[in-house]
Amino acid sequence: MSLNFILFLIFAFIAATSAVLMITRKSAIIAALFLILNFAALSGLYLTLNAQFIAVVQVIVYAGAIMVLFLFVIMLLRPSDEQSIFDDNPKLKWLATFVGVLVFAQILAIIFIGRPSDGLTPDLQRSIEVGTIEAIGRELYTTYLIPFQSAAFLLLAATIGALILAKKKLED
Amino acid sequence: MIPIEYYLSLSAFMFIVGVVGVLTRRNAIIVFMSIELMLNSANLTLVAFSSYLGNPIGQIFVFFVMTVAAAEAAIGLAIIISLFRNKKTVNIDEINILKW
Repeated sequence: MSLNFILFLIFAFIAATSAVLMITRKSAIIAALFLILNFAALSGLYLTLNAQFIAVVQVIVYAGAIMVLFLFVIMLLRPSDEQSIFDDNPKLKWLATFVGVLVFAQILAIIFIGRPSDGLTPDLQRSIEVGTIEAIGRELYTTYLIPFQSAAFLLLAATIGALILAKKKLED
Repeated sequence: MIPIEYYLSLSAFMFIVGVVGVLTRRNAIIVFMSIELMLNSANLTLVAFSSYLGNPIGQIFVFFVMTVAAAEAAIGLAIIISLFRNKKTVNIDEINILKW
């Protein structure tokens, strides 16, 4: 077993467990903290895929910015622990789990019958070159310059929209 | 390198967990977090294929997905704040004025 595979197993285990714990915790704050753990594990997985830039951006943007926003809103609103949808009907929990497992088995069947790795000839050197900031930055500022600028406009629109939606209505 | 099927399976698992979260939770904020989880599992698939094919386009697309996710989180949380201000709740069962 290579080091890469061991790291993959560790991070995959953390990511999968924290995802399950996230949707099963009653308290919103604990759920948010498990989601941060999940994002950190994903960042490690990106590193095992040699995607350095995306791994760093994952920590900065997701675990840093977005989750701080979530925690901020949770602490601002202080929602009480929710009544679970399963309280009235405990059988529903098993139905939900069953349907989830069924769909998961279906996707797994597609993945392992389709065998995408047959058509791939992974090249470690090439994969390392592709994940660097240099390679991504060059593509982003040449081929994808217009989408990049549109993303900037999208962020501006989102900032203004969030301000207008969340501000107190002034009485006229 | 590790067979890509492992990454795809993990991504599928996280996506299903996100779907179950969206369908079974009642707290609007946790529903939002489940959506973020689904976005991230799709990102994992994109980065895996990008790395195995030696093509940076997948990672550039992930970059744009993160931009959209940031915008979506900001707008979504603003909507939740204004809903809470009007309804004093974030329980999606009680926010049903658009329900037919």
